[in-house]
Amino acid sequence: MAKKVAFLQGNEAAAHGALYAGCRFFAGYPITPSTEVAEVMSAELPKVGGKFIQMEDEIGAMAALIGASLTGVKVLTSTSGPGLSLKQENIGYACITEVPSVIVNVMRGGPSTGMPTGPSQSDVMCAKWGTHGDHPAICLVPASVQEIFEETVRAFNLAEKYRTPVMIMPDEIVAHMRERIVFPEPGELEVVDRTAPSVPPEKYKPYDTSFGDVPPLAAFGSGYKFHVTGLNKMQDGFPTTKAEIVQAEEERQVRKVEANKADIMKWEEYLCDDAEVIVVAYGSTSRSARFAVNEARKNGIKAGLFRLITFWPFPEERLLELSKKVKGFITPEMNLGMCTGVVKGCIEGNAPVLGIFRVDGEPINPGQILDKMKEVK
Amino acid sequence: MAFDYDKYIRPGKLPHIWCPGCGHGIVMKGLIRAMDSLNLKKEETAIVSGIGCASRLPGYLDCCTLHTAHGRAAAFATGVKMAKPEMNVILVGGDGDGTAIGGNHFIHACRRNINMTYIIMNNYIYGMTGGQFSPCTPTGAKASTTPYGNPDPGFDIAKLAIGAGASFVARGTAYHAAQIDKLIAEAIQHKGFSVVEILDDCPTTYGRRNKYRSVVEMMNRLKEVAVPVKAAEKMTAEQLEGKILTGVLHKVEKPEYCEEYAKVLQRAQAAK
Repeated sequence: MAKKVAFLQGNEAAAHGALYAGCRFFAGYPITPSTEVAEVMSAELPKVGGKFIQMEDEIGAMAALIGASLTGVKVLTSTSGPGLSLKQENIGYACITEVPSVIVNVMRGGPSTGMPTGPSQSDVMCAKWGTHGDHPAICLVPASVQEIFEETVRAFNLAEKYRTPVMIMPDEIVAHMRERIVFPEPGELEVVDRTAPSVPPEKYKPYDTSFGDVPPLAAFGSGYKFHVTGLNKMQDGFPTTKAEIVQAEEERQVRKVEANKADIMKWEEYLCDDAEVIVVAYGSTSRSARFAVNEARKNGIKAGLFRLITFWPFPEERLLELSKKVKGFITPEMNLGMCTGVVKGCIEGNAPVLGIFRVDGEPINPGQILDKMKEVK
Repeated sequence: MAFDYDKYIRPGKLPHIWCPGCGHGIVMKGLIRAMDSLNLKKEETAIVSGIGCASRLPGYLDCCTLHTAHGRAAAFATGVKMAKPEMNVILVGGDGDGTAIGGNHFIHACRRNINMTYIIMNNYIYGMTGGQFSPCTPTGAKASTTPYGNPDPGFDIAKLAIGAGASFVARGTAYHAAQIDKLIAEAIQHKGFSVVEILDDCPTTYGRRNKYRSVVEMMNRLKEVAVPVKAAEKMTAEQLEGKILTGVLHKVEKPEYCEEYAKVLQRAQAAK
């Protein structure tokens, strides 16, 4: 039987990917340019017995999301820059309490209200440093409608597997463009559910590290009683200020992502093997970069594309390796150098990193990238 | 036989953090008696709070307990209830948490009329941070951030809840301890969003700045200002000056949110 195909917008694909992953709860607040995610979820969730709620604000949406996730359902919210700023309070709460949740953040111009309908890639640092305190960060940056679907499924898997919020951050171009999408059959993509406790309720502790760095999470209303708090906590979930416990728990929360980077990180290397100049790009910018790389090859320039699919964790080790054999990196992005700084930080000065930055609401075009390649000597 | 509070208290979690003379413990005991009178199953009951002294209450109860971020209890609880309507969801917190930083979530929970019970312990002050004025601090009162007297007018929590659409609103006091469990039990039984304001005292950060010489004096004030709604019906406006009505202030039948959403599911599935 032929697979189901459709002509979908990126935001719609995110919603359908969430449904494929088994998402059954959405809480959100209207915001451009992500609203279509909420609109599709409001229509589709009730058909499969799921729940949709439009909350009074972005903060409340993230709060409701965590409350619902604690009852054992997979949860999604969607937002954009200003909403992401507001959600940071409870993103931190989800990090410290280790409650799985998925956040689609469509990147528009900022700061503040900025350019609500203009594309941007300026929230990638907010994904890691937006909420206060040390915490794990997983952020996915898809570049096509098909990839939004697939990476949204993976976002749910990572959230459930590592008990943490996961952000999926298409820029406005990827979120609003329409492309052909081939829907995977049920079972074709892996779908991961959180690990339920194997111990009886009286022995259950929500942060029991005897089960490893990602302890099983029970559901409220399933016979298990436990305490959840945003305070630094002990393995039984109750608050503590004991130095050695706080230190160990904080380190574990970050380690559960850092130690599993190989499982989480994803990137694409296109013509990088013999490349002398590598363009590091993500989202819609990577599409211009691929075009530029193809053009460069036609002109005898040995160019390659290193396309980030996860922004966090960042593939530092691989870029360090590549930096030893290239003449330079080009880092085009719709911000003033966020990825550029990270690349510089991980290549130990082995090669120059030439950024192309646009924050004017216009995409970076292939010509700009081609021109920049000529500066690499 | 004395009432056995232990069956709802988490083993090993007492003593609590509240100061001597604080009324929060009285409210917690009232809540336990109410839960017991309704035979609420602990594993099917979620107790949700925000931040503050009163919001530490869930940690002491042997239920599914969720100590959230400042002001956010109603929003977290909405997620729990919406995702699992069969759970009993009870919110607890203070006046600052609920009506200042949490004011938006509070009025919208009232508006939705989602079947949860919110117990607000109103001690007129931010206690945990050392006594700053809250939206419920009386005008003219002293707080650590109103050293010259509070210029702000205060909220009437019950009127706020009624205005926002809560279908059950009651008020009690920490002095009238025996009434607390009855008000809470009636609130829990009510289908819809129910608010129970308990006038409380904070001797440590409010009383000592406002010329209350003892906890007894603060409790006596609660006794003196409280007038049951029934008694108030026979009193003149003059007699009611400076008094605060207690008892069930508002009770109406309205569509409940989770039941209404169940109809959305039916409509969506019929159209499929």
